[in-house]
Amino acid sequence: MNFSKKNHKHLINNNYVSKHLKIVFSVFVLFMAMASCNSDKSKKGEQELAVYQCPMQCESDKTYSKTGSCPVCKMDLKAIAQESSSELVLDEISDESIFNLTSKWNTEEAEVIQLEDLKGKTLVMVMIYTTCKAACPRLVADMRNIEAKIPKESLKDLNFILISIDPETDTSQRLKAFAKENLMDDLHWTFLQGTESGVREFANVLAVKYKQITPLDFSHSNIISVFNTKGELVHQQEGLGVDNKETIETILKLAN
Amino acid sequence: MKTILRLTLSIMFTLYLSAAFCQSEMVSIKGGNYIPLYGRDSLQVTISDFKIDVFPVTNQEYLDFVKRHPKWQRSQVKRLFADKNYLVNWVSDTILNDNQSLKAPITNMSWFAANDYCDCQGKRLATVDEWEYVAMADEDIADARTKDSYNEYILGWYEKPKTFNNEIGSTFKNYWNVYDLHGLVWEWTLDFNSVLVSGESRKDVDTDLNLFCGSAAIGATDLMNYAAFMRYAIRGSLKAKYSMKNLGFRCVQDIKEEK
Repeated sequence: MNFSKKNHKHLINNNYVSKHLKIVFSVFVLFMAMASCNSDKSKKGEQELAVYQCPMQCESDKTYSKTGSCPVCKMDLKAIAQESSSELVLDEISDESIFNLTSKWNTEEAEVIQLEDLKGKTLVMVMIYTTCKAACPRLVADMRNIEAKIPKESLKDLNFILISIDPETDTSQRLKAFAKENLMDDLHWTFLQGTESGVREFANVLAVKYKQITPLDFSHSNIISVFNTKGELVHQQEGLGVDNKETIETILKLAN
Repeated sequence: MKTILRLTLSIMFTLYLSAAFCQSEMVSIKGGNYIPLYGRDSLQVTISDFKIDVFPVTNQEYLDFVKRHPKWQRSQVKRLFADKNYLVNWVSDTILNDNQSLKAPITNMSWFAANDYCDCQGKRLATVDEWEYVAMADEDIADARTKDSYNEYILGWYEKPKTFNNEIGSTFKNYWNVYDLHGLVWEWTLDFNSVLVSGESRKDVDTDLNLFCGSAAIGATDLMNYAAFMRYAIRGSLKAKYSMKNLGFRCVQDIKEEK
């Protein structure tokens, strides 16, 4: 359909069309960008609200709430495809996304991944180290408490990720053993071992502070972070054994 | 006549350029032990030999960097890596503001950007311990922390406004031949996020008693060193994407052992 219009215009003025197409395209891109910003909000309920627009955008980005024809070029108004745009947006990594980080990580299954490979699921992340005696067991417990309150059917859309701040000690094997020991070996649990610089960079993204006190002991912030499927930080829970109601609500909202 | 004028101008320009490029010269720092304001549990910290930039990274150097690495230009940079204040005073992606000297230290800089800059030069940011080790020297001795004049100088600087506009090299050359550690800008450190003196340390960090905010000043090993305490407090309050107008950086390099 688009194609025939293009040909039609082509007869009139080649230059004009290419210019025009550029504008159409840029407006489209602009719209997509806006759509991506609003996609979280739109999920909440305005989703059903269809929007119509002149396919040639004679009135720039003016939109209509009903079908009809464009008052300028008389073409039928077209519904702006919201589903397809959100699909496309999924493929794009936004500025705020942690998927912009290119560091490499080993999982507890000894696979090498980048954070981008975690795309598509709601992520619940925490930084720990396995030789930790004080806070981490409680932090791990906090994670399991959160997991326990999530309905079973939602778990497939979630990924609970524990990142080691001690990449030297916490190898894949060690993390695997830790996972088994703590009954966190299901598919929705992932443990990551990074490099020293990768871990530091990631901790900075999460605003997690940590310091090595002795070779096997770290002092660190206790923060559980929730990311949406696009890797954007949505919520952070600070502290040990705090009320996790808000965190769970956030996760459920994102997972549905 | 005109030719001579042109020649002189071009020579001056070349000299100026080379001066601008040579600024990233480094000096070697002999490692050693010292007790920082906040150490590990053993208090003493061991610093290995390393090299450090004589001056902070300048506007000129950073400008060259963003030209080569467009992803760090203001309009290109990802929000994850730098907040809205990143290079906020520049006119555009590659043009400085009129009131910004090419030889002034670069500021409005996030940790991610500073980290990557050093990485691209085959260097890295200094650790807090390394930075403090070099910075505790005054003109004459390696550890001047107990000297009144040393502390007064730094505290005097804290009261001076807008020193970030001054050119590099405008403060004293210290014992290690390093300039501008005090008196110009604060500097990013590699592991600034290891400083747990922050609001957070009261609620969400596990038992690190010597770093608790209220008791931080008491737990500090060097009560005289209020100036250093201020630096740790700033580091504790920073996030890596923050860009502050009085926070710059310089790089260091490990000395590779001959094999």
